[in-house]
Amino acid sequence: MWKDLLVERRSKETLNGLFFFSLLLLFVFQFALGPDRERLAAVLPGLLWLGFILSGLLGLGRTFLVERENDCWEGLLLAPGDKSAIYVGKLAGNLLLMLVIETVLVAMFAVFFNVDLGAAWPALALVIVLGTVGFTAVGTLFAAMTAQVRARELLFPVLLLPVQVPVLLATVRATEAVLLGEPLGAVANWLKLLAAADLIYVVVGVLTFEFVLEG
Amino acid sequence: MTPDPLVRVSGLRKAFGTRRVLDGVTLEVGAGEAVALLGANGAGKTTLLKLLATLARPTRGTALIGGHDCARRPEAVRRLIGLVAHGAHVYEDLTARENLRFWATLGGLRVPPAGLAAALADVELERHADERVRTFSEGMRRRLSLARFVLARPRVLLLDEPFAGLDQRAKKWLEEYLQAFKAGGGAIVMATHSFGRELAVADRIAILAAGAIALDTPRASLTADDVQRLYALHTENGS
Repeated sequence: MWKDLLVERRSKETLNGLFFFSLLLLFVFQFALGPDRERLAAVLPGLLWLGFILSGLLGLGRTFLVERENDCWEGLLLAPGDKSAIYVGKLAGNLLLMLVIETVLVAMFAVFFNVDLGAAWPALALVIVLGTVGFTAVGTLFAAMTAQVRARELLFPVLLLPVQVPVLLATVRATEAVLLGEPLGAVANWLKLLAAADLIYVVVGVLTFEFVLEG
Repeated sequence: MTPDPLVRVSGLRKAFGTRRVLDGVTLEVGAGEAVALLGANGAGKTTLLKLLATLARPTRGTALIGGHDCARRPEAVRRLIGLVAHGAHVYEDLTARENLRFWATLGGLRVPPAGLAAALADVELERHADERVRTFSEGMRRRLSLARFVLARPRVLLLDEPFAGLDQRAKKWLEEYLQAFKAGGGAIVMATHSFGRELAVADRIAILAAGAIALDTPRASLTADDVQRLYALHTENGS
């Protein structure tokens, strides 16, 4: 993980790109919705997750690009030992990247749409973390699957989004409840679904990564 | 009794669809021995190296390294080999030291900072240890790639055009490195279609043509002209 973070810190390619992309998204949402507060309240959770997903598609899709230069992918494959450690490292790096971008996006959402997050912060953070783990776990695995494919930019979202339906459904409903000031207990079932999806996706990623890497 | 060869390939076939790139390759390389694999473009040299490196699976036949089947026990084989192919397996935005530390950690090696410094000194990169690889020449990248093997100590080196793109000083250094590797009991298989320094390192020359080893002969008895003549004879007829 430190290798990916170090490369990103030095090149800043992904982080800078995603920051400006998020900013542009917010401008587009702002123009599309206008100042209507009622309509805004109804669509805000969906927009927030749409922002996360679109940024994630760009960010996660680049996960293994660094391994393509100088045939490092080949080096990973030839490294003796447990290949799932590579998946866990990539997953941890992606999680950190996603959480940084999401924090920035939430802060910008609050400013752009004049949303008072106030007491909802801790609950919102929990929902975002749970949703991000599931999204990133599958995203990291599919990024590896599509890294060596010519049409990877197209294939990556086409594969990823259908698998994310349960996570998206649960996160949007839970986010909506949290932003309306409801207690987390009201969305306990969605949170349990999210936690279960996270567990399944991470375990599947760890168990199958070696086969994905071997091609 | 002669010890088992480190590399033993028998009846190896690799087909892509209906095209047989390799068809019945048989080759043995012992400890302390280097074989230069000569052949025209598309003769299957790189494919053979990939099969030995466990990066591809044969259609038929077996390839054993240190007694382990490359197709069935790739993990065991990977602990014994070092591959230097066209890509140097280095990250451009990391320094030489960081690259080395990364590959050592990934390979399960716990190397103290002094060990990393010694490995970089072995490949004459100690003065560039903290420079990013982005600024390195081709020769420096190749040396950094080999520094990984100073730490991992593979028994078999698989090299694809190892001297290509290097200046004279780097070529001399690499030749000495490979001679020392052989002297330490390692085996080398290097694919090439040039007749330069490779021939000085090689103990045997194997010419790959029409998917098989057309000639496998000791190098010592041959001059560069002899090799060129044999190469022309076999590759023009066979590929």
